[in-house]
Amino acid sequence: MAIFLDKNSKVIVQGITGREGLFHTQRMLAYGTNIVGGVTPGKGGSTIESGQPVFNTVKDAVDATGATHTIVFVPPPFAADALYEAYDAGIALAVAITEGIPAHDMLKVVATTASMRIIGPNCPGLVSPGKALVGIMPGHVFREGRVGMISRSGTLTYEIVDLLTKSGLGQSTCVGIGGDPIIGTTFVDCLKAFANDPETDAVVVCGEIGGSDEEDAAAFIKAHLPNKPAVAFIGGRSAPKGKRLGHAGAIISGNFGTPESKLAAFAAAGVPVADRPSDIPNLVKERLSVRV
Amino acid sequence: MEYQGKELFRRAGIPTPRGVHATRPEDVRAFVDANPGSWVIKSQVMMGGRGKAGGIKFAESGAEAEAFARELLGKVLKNAQNPDGEAVRSLLIEEKVAIASEAYASITIDRAAKKPVAIVTSQGGMDVEEVAESHPDAISKLWIDAAIGFQPFEARRLAFAAQLPAGYHKAFPKIMGGLYALFMEYGANLLEINPLVLTTAGEVIASDAKVELDDNGLYKHPELAAWRSDGPADEDQAAAVAIGLGMSNYAKLDGNIGVIANGAGLGMGTMDAIRNAGGSAANFLDIGGGAQAELVKKSYALVTSDPKVRAMFINIFGGITRGDQVARGIVEALAGDDLRKVPLVVRLTGTNEKEGREILAAAGMTPVETMDEGAQRAVALAKG
Repeated sequence: MAIFLDKNSKVIVQGITGREGLFHTQRMLAYGTNIVGGVTPGKGGSTIESGQPVFNTVKDAVDATGATHTIVFVPPPFAADALYEAYDAGIALAVAITEGIPAHDMLKVVATTASMRIIGPNCPGLVSPGKALVGIMPGHVFREGRVGMISRSGTLTYEIVDLLTKSGLGQSTCVGIGGDPIIGTTFVDCLKAFANDPETDAVVVCGEIGGSDEEDAAAFIKAHLPNKPAVAFIGGRSAPKGKRLGHAGAIISGNFGTPESKLAAFAAAGVPVADRPSDIPNLVKERLSVRV
Repeated sequence: MEYQGKELFRRAGIPTPRGVHATRPEDVRAFVDANPGSWVIKSQVMMGGRGKAGGIKFAESGAEAEAFARELLGKVLKNAQNPDGEAVRSLLIEEKVAIASEAYASITIDRAAKKPVAIVTSQGGMDVEEVAESHPDAISKLWIDAAIGFQPFEARRLAFAAQLPAGYHKAFPKIMGGLYALFMEYGANLLEINPLVLTTAGEVIASDAKVELDDNGLYKHPELAAWRSDGPADEDQAAAVAIGLGMSNYAKLDGNIGVIANGAGLGMGTMDAIRNAGGSAANFLDIGGGAQAELVKKSYALVTSDPKVRAMFINIFGGITRGDQVARGIVEALAGDDLRKVPLVVRLTGTNEKEGREILAAAGMTPVETMDEGAQRAVALAKG
């Protein structure tokens, strides 16, 4: 089953003829994703080199293809509009890759499009290994398996997944939830889905400093995930207070968003926190063997 | 800064004290001479706690105001939170208001709730975090549905819940409505009025203004970007923007090992790995997604421009970033004599890894295989 995405999901690409949109469309197709078309206003009626049709509007694309998923590659000033358009056309899940969308645009988007799941923005997307990839992740590091992975970071996800794969631990679904302050899908939303996924045996939570998503995840795991072992990692533990490090969301303000708070929350939930990514595979294996 | 925040407040119809912004003592004198009365001379700085640091003076005459202006302009204000201090570059001259009561009102983003939150207390003029700790019951919060927008009833509810004196009630909904309109229109992470003064004459006036804007929203109001550059720009942010990085993609730290990574998470993870290996990062630098060779070269130059950098670890796990572009940038950075060279460890994997490794190999470089290995090697090189 995996979560959010499987090999039958019909995917369109908003911004399919742009440089990044086209490049990643080819990579997603190579991975096996069922990309049924794309949208670039003004280029409707054409096709891209690999044969997928281009539409002028998301509604045209959905009407013609029955698409349920979209991936958004449009620049920040137009990204909120693209998400509203996807919602209006009845899309069920939208992945927003775009970095730099104003937080206030997202405040309005999440307040008005509740029936559409948004992954991101400022995220690497999601992959259900062996089934489909909707995002910009390097597909070759993933392997089909039974570990769920959720992360606020893109590249740190690749790092950890690579280690999991090399140690023989495949993944059911990996979700990069994004590094912005206002995101559509939180750790807890993903954990709810993993809790009900029979193909996921364990979960890796890759958090970072700032915000309180990790604390919320720890509380959820403690209350609702008794049968699925979880392992956590927190990026930026050596970061000084008050410095904004790349992600708009990654900042320790006062006593809020500190690694200490997150470590304490995971400890209270009985979730081990790896000191380094390379410790994660063994922690997962230990937890799985204890359970069995 | 305060004077800019108040300019925004006036645009939204939020009353502020009568006053003038000045950068020269003679202008201060001319203004007060022309407008006799009691005036407050307020240093315009970004740091908090300027009053305790001696940045606010009271003057009754033009001569007195000019003397204070001479004293304050150029002075470096310091306090416990800001030991390095901040130089005063301009002043706001405002009428002294007769205070009957001081309240606090702000709107900020609640990340967990994914909503704007309005915060009000009748205990204004103090640090709101102290009030939250000592009198949590005195703080009233209300989460705003951004689909509907802020409504007057919400302001009334806040005013009653926070037990604001009756004198506030009539003006309060308009002030909060204006604050919310600014919050959304200008993309503020925080808008704060502290204190929101009820005068003895019964007026409600924003006596101070604090505005923190979301960088991502600045493109909607280019005139505000110009305001920013008036202030004491963060040198790291300016350096990042100068080479084409996002402004929060570079930050200097205390250690001696330069870090370049793609992605904020991997950048932070690399800093952590260096610490785990017994070293300390000199900086955080995220080249972002899809960086071209030129940006990699400029990033190398920026990191090595910090004289305390004794070794560097470039850690790349390509997704949208392509290994060949990174490798080309590294080779170009090392080719000329124009850049300072430091012992370098490269880890390069992910998209176009093979092409990248070939480019490095042609230049005689062999990347390490893992982040841990790279961190250990960099720590050893920095010591050696």
